[in-house]
Amino acid sequence: MTLLIRFLRSPEGVAGLVLLGLLISVALLASVFFPRDPLSIAGPALLPPFQDRAFPLGTDRLGRDVLAGLMHGARASLAVGIAATLVAMVVGALVGTIAGFAGGIVDEALMRIVDAFQIVPGFLLALAFVSVVGASLLVVILAIALGAWTGPARLARAEVLSIRERDYVAAARVIGMHPLEIAIREVLPNALPPVLALGSVIVAGAVLTEAALSFLGLGDPNLVTWGSMIAEGRNVLRTAPFLSIIPGIGLVLTVLGIYLFSEGLGEALARRRIRA
Amino acid sequence: MKRAFLLLRRRAVGSIVVLLIVIVGAFFLLEAAPGDAVDAYVLSIGGGDPALVQSLRESYGLDRSLFARLWLYLTALAQLDLGWSVAFNRPISAVIFERLPNTLWLMGSATALAFSLGTLLGILAGARPRSACDRILSVGSLSLYAIPSFWLGLVLSIVFAVQLRWFPTAGIETIASGKQGLARALDIAWHLVLPVCALGFIYLALFLRMMRAGMAEAWRQDYALAARARGLVRRRIVLRHVARTALLPVVTMLGLQAASMLGGSVVIESVFAIPGFGRLAQEAVALRDAPLLVAIIIVSAVMVMIANLVVDAAYALLDPRVGAAETSA
Repeated sequence: MTLLIRFLRSPEGVAGLVLLGLLISVALLASVFFPRDPLSIAGPALLPPFQDRAFPLGTDRLGRDVLAGLMHGARASLAVGIAATLVAMVVGALVGTIAGFAGGIVDEALMRIVDAFQIVPGFLLALAFVSVVGASLLVVILAIALGAWTGPARLARAEVLSIRERDYVAAARVIGMHPLEIAIREVLPNALPPVLALGSVIVAGAVLTEAALSFLGLGDPNLVTWGSMIAEGRNVLRTAPFLSIIPGIGLVLTVLGIYLFSEGLGEALARRRIRA
Repeated sequence: MKRAFLLLRRRAVGSIVVLLIVIVGAFFLLEAAPGDAVDAYVLSIGGGDPALVQSLRESYGLDRSLFARLWLYLTALAQLDLGWSVAFNRPISAVIFERLPNTLWLMGSATALAFSLGTLLGILAGARPRSACDRILSVGSLSLYAIPSFWLGLVLSIVFAVQLRWFPTAGIETIASGKQGLARALDIAWHLVLPVCALGFIYLALFLRMMRAGMAEAWRQDYALAARARGLVRRRIVLRHVARTALLPVVTMLGLQAASMLGGSVVIESVFAIPGFGRLAQEAVALRDAPLLVAIIIVSAVMVMIANLVVDAAYALLDPRVGAAETSA
């Protein structure tokens, strides 16, 4: 609880929280404000922003509403970012925990695989995976997770190795706690904060990777994403630059919100560590 | 020097195992791709009868078992034969090595810009933690860090290439300009300004933040206090004691970000139409050339590995504690 209070005291954290709250509500309300498919044609083509009340942010080359795309795009970006992060965290935590507990040859083999994934550029790996398997929402999520699970794996392994030796774990063992109870009641709460901090950085990276993939035309073709909107606007970059600029601002605000949030979290955690 | 060499040798041996894992993984990715090289070839010559397909498969060894094919792939790679690109109708290694220099120039310049300006501004911010200058630089770098590089590239080209016409919108040099020597080098540099900025600014922010955080940490150490107690000039403390220790993690990061920068160059080269290694990856995807794409992954892994080895060696030279166990053992 005190962690929450400390978090709310840092200006960065509050700014991040407000930004993210705003974005999540935009994402959730997208279907309420714009129940129609954002890919459907809604009005005249290439209407500039702030001209027509019906289309406050204008329309694109095919007469699709930019505001509707922006709101639906927020949903796609956040959903892909969070889902890819969850997959990466679960797989990474599993591999790292197994490596940390098993030790020896299993540890060695698993960590060499982690090394191998780390020297291949994550974006190239995602590009290759999507192009081989074929673009769909699930494939894009898996492709992004493929390049992001190594961080959580390393962290989980390090945490397992260090927490296993702590006194309070030994004490819990002495009073006869079940190993599962130790894991859930003693180890997990202590290992969680660094995992959360890493998680927010991975979400930010995943949002950016998804945008870059769909910018190159490798996203789910049936979904509006910010990356695909920027790519679409690029065709008329000279005459209607706003089509590329507006979705990019959405991206910047999202990633900035996540970074501010994790900054605030990091500051709150650092202060707790100093007190302890 | 001997210490760095021994460390490097041990790392290089470990890297070969890791590279082998990458190659095997890349091979299975290639296997998962629909169709094989013969399918692509037959399609490109306008079809053929099953007997031709069969004989082609036999001559390439594609009718053999999975492990026999993996062995063929590995032995070919050992002879630096990356295979044949159907899309370009040339050996893959020739296509890749033709494209590599452009990307190395782009990445090298972006790294140089990010490292020099990033550490410099980081020292400025870290010299007085929590000062106004520090706050402004911290918020500025965080915002810069949140900007996707390909969008930054588009915005830069809208402003500086389309509106102001200061720089060209695309390409690596003026086509058929006939320029030679210095004039050509200047022409290429002029074309690279916007892409280098688009690619480098994110890492500039990263290095700035790392430098600043490292210096804030160093100020809390006893030796910084001791230096202040000795009454040294503040500038000397900042440069000789505080910034110096904070620089080491930034040097490590220089190697770690090689992989992500290589990934970033794919999009940047597509935005600015630079015929480089990254754009080749996108072309391989668009032209459905799976063997080329897999070869690109392997070559990029080798490049990242070399970058990390170079940084390891530099680190060992900078920090006498690193690899000290190596000489005594």
